[in-house]
Amino acid sequence: MRPDGVNQMAHGNEAAGHGDHHGPPKGLVRWLTTTNHKDIGTMYLVFSLTMFLLGGVMALLIRAELFQPGLQFVNPGFFNQLTTMHALVMVFGAVMPATVGLANWMVPLQIGATDMALPRMNLFSFWLLFFAFLLLLSTFLVPGGAPASGWTLYPPLVLQTGNAFPMAIFAIHLMGASSIMGAINVIVTIVNMRAPGMTLLKMPLFSWSWLITAYLLIAVMPVFAGGVTMLLTDYYFHTSFFNAAGGGDPVLFQHVFWFFGHPEVYIMILPAFGIVSEIIPTFSRKPIFGYEAMVYAIASIAFLSFIVWAHHMFTVGMPLAGQLFFTLSTMLIAVPTGVKIFNWTATMWRGSLSFEPPMLFALAFLFLFSIGGFSGLMLAIVPADFQYHDTYFVVAHFHYVLVPGSVFGIMAAVYYWLPKWTGHMYDMALARWHFWLTAIFVNVLFFPQHFLGLAGMQRRVPDYATQFTDWNMVSSIGGFGFGLSQLLFVWLIVKCARGGARATAGVWDWPHGLEWTVPSPAPYHTFQKSPELH
Amino acid sequence: MTTPQEKSNRGLVARLLLLAAGSFAFGFALVPLYDVFCEVTGIGTRDQLSRAAAPVASAPDLNRIVVVEFTASVPNGGRWEFAPMIASMEVHPGRLYEARYTARNLAGRDTTGQALPSVAPLRAGRYFQKTECFCFTPQHFVRDEQRELFVRFIVDRDLPRGIDRLTLSYAFYDVTRVAGGTR
Repeated sequence: MRPDGVNQMAHGNEAAGHGDHHGPPKGLVRWLTTTNHKDIGTMYLVFSLTMFLLGGVMALLIRAELFQPGLQFVNPGFFNQLTTMHALVMVFGAVMPATVGLANWMVPLQIGATDMALPRMNLFSFWLLFFAFLLLLSTFLVPGGAPASGWTLYPPLVLQTGNAFPMAIFAIHLMGASSIMGAINVIVTIVNMRAPGMTLLKMPLFSWSWLITAYLLIAVMPVFAGGVTMLLTDYYFHTSFFNAAGGGDPVLFQHVFWFFGHPEVYIMILPAFGIVSEIIPTFSRKPIFGYEAMVYAIASIAFLSFIVWAHHMFTVGMPLAGQLFFTLSTMLIAVPTGVKIFNWTATMWRGSLSFEPPMLFALAFLFLFSIGGFSGLMLAIVPADFQYHDTYFVVAHFHYVLVPGSVFGIMAAVYYWLPKWTGHMYDMALARWHFWLTAIFVNVLFFPQHFLGLAGMQRRVPDYATQFTDWNMVSSIGGFGFGLSQLLFVWLIVKCARGGARATAGVWDWPHGLEWTVPSPAPYHTFQKSPELH
Repeated sequence: MTTPQEKSNRGLVARLLLLAAGSFAFGFALVPLYDVFCEVTGIGTRDQLSRAAAPVASAPDLNRIVVVEFTASVPNGGRWEFAPMIASMEVHPGRLYEARYTARNLAGRDTTGQALPSVAPLRAGRYFQKTECFCFTPQHFVRDEQRELFVRFIVDRDLPRGIDRLTLSYAFYDVTRVAGGTR
């Protein structure tokens, strides 16, 4: 895991590649035509940040409406469009593209490859995603408005969508195709392009987590594409996959959806696991504890994700044996996850810790993700789930694993690698402000939602009974605090891209891994000659 | 100009695309698999519920009384009046009974309806046998027509001892626009 003696001379003179013909074209053309993994990675990350802000605005409209009971700002139909689009934008537009962007930037650098294996497919998958979102977001403007069925798109409700229906489904097809191509690219890169001596079990954990995520994507995105295609044929060609009148079953859609949907949540969290596994050793100044166990834990989590899907639909009814199976298989996931949490903690044990912004986010991830994990265990218990189902407790649970889980992981990654990308150190004080405001407000925002859910407040409803007012107000205040804090993040990134103290190749005190052997900013072309690993 | 690297990349891409195609096919394979799963576990077997059972000649169990309740619903804003004529009846397992529903077409035009039965509790479904039922075929109604609909059924003598109350529910769908009718 510590390829310290890497030959740096191989790329020493590539940093200033302006005049030579390998350099990028100037201006806009560069970004439209580039097949460079670093450029595409940057485009994915910028796209993701844009979507994060857009999805955040939708969330703030939701929280504004829920600040007090009654209907204030939006009508119920538009509220449903907001909850649906917030989810679709955050899942497919913010979190997934951010991890793809990180993979584009970092996987070739971590494994000593010149670029991604399939650069033109890489370009294609980015632009597919871009147009998929143009299509999806334009549904706000069509008669009937955006999809309002919830991101789960359950029939028969989803079939009441207006003109947006086929647009949303084609957008999902496009983003699915984009993710599958991205996944294929990552697998081919990792399998075929590792530097000599970089065996699989020497590969950094971020790359490992992405290799497994990529297989998950290829296994489940097509199932989702199939499911929404069935919706489309039910609607336009009068097939009866989910139409009870024609002999179909709407519950079947829920099975198809969650067969995709559960692995999907791991697609969002596994790269964050990988990121945290990079950061904690760096700032503990110790190698990761139990490297191989970490790899096997990710693989087991990925495997288990295929056999737990029905825990999302306990309340539709299933035999006792089914309930027991899905309860137990769900709880089993806590074992490999526990191994990971233990190993991260053990990595810090007797390490010489320092608390730079990436480490702060990684530690907050460790603590807050575990809270989301524990509420997941509660939801796995069938009788408890009957009470919690479709309440704010579920909303609190999945936001704890997604926001202080995946999103904190991504922010940690940005703070960890930003100097490598831009060549500048960022404003540490501003980053700390961003961290503390984010970490405090995320709890103000989501923790009260546990109480609301336990007290029986339903999700996806714009109004509520007056006894829920206090905690909703607290949650909304948290929401606005959290949202506004992210402006600091944007400002910090812009500032860092424009200038700042020069970053060294190693950036951090105890850098480990190939990405820290190339200069900062990473030159346009790296590892033209394979690095030597000792 | 194909390097060995590119060749090996192409091979792997082809295999991964095949895997993705396989997953897409698997999504559709879930449809029949779902039916098989329901059949094997004896839950919601939709076909079985909508299929005529061969009347089994068996002596009724006069020592046992099971309450059968009837409910009706009209989903998706269908324009019908649809209701059971009696709310419930007491039956002996093994004996043939008849229950009636009434339906009226409010659509203002000719319409075809299809009733879909379900039985609660789920595990009682396979013990509720219909020898004749209006739910076996689509029901055509001319404009403003009202008529009675029949179901003849036997509650199986093997109905588990713990169950003394069943609910038979029909959802009456407008299938005028559905191609092919029921499966």
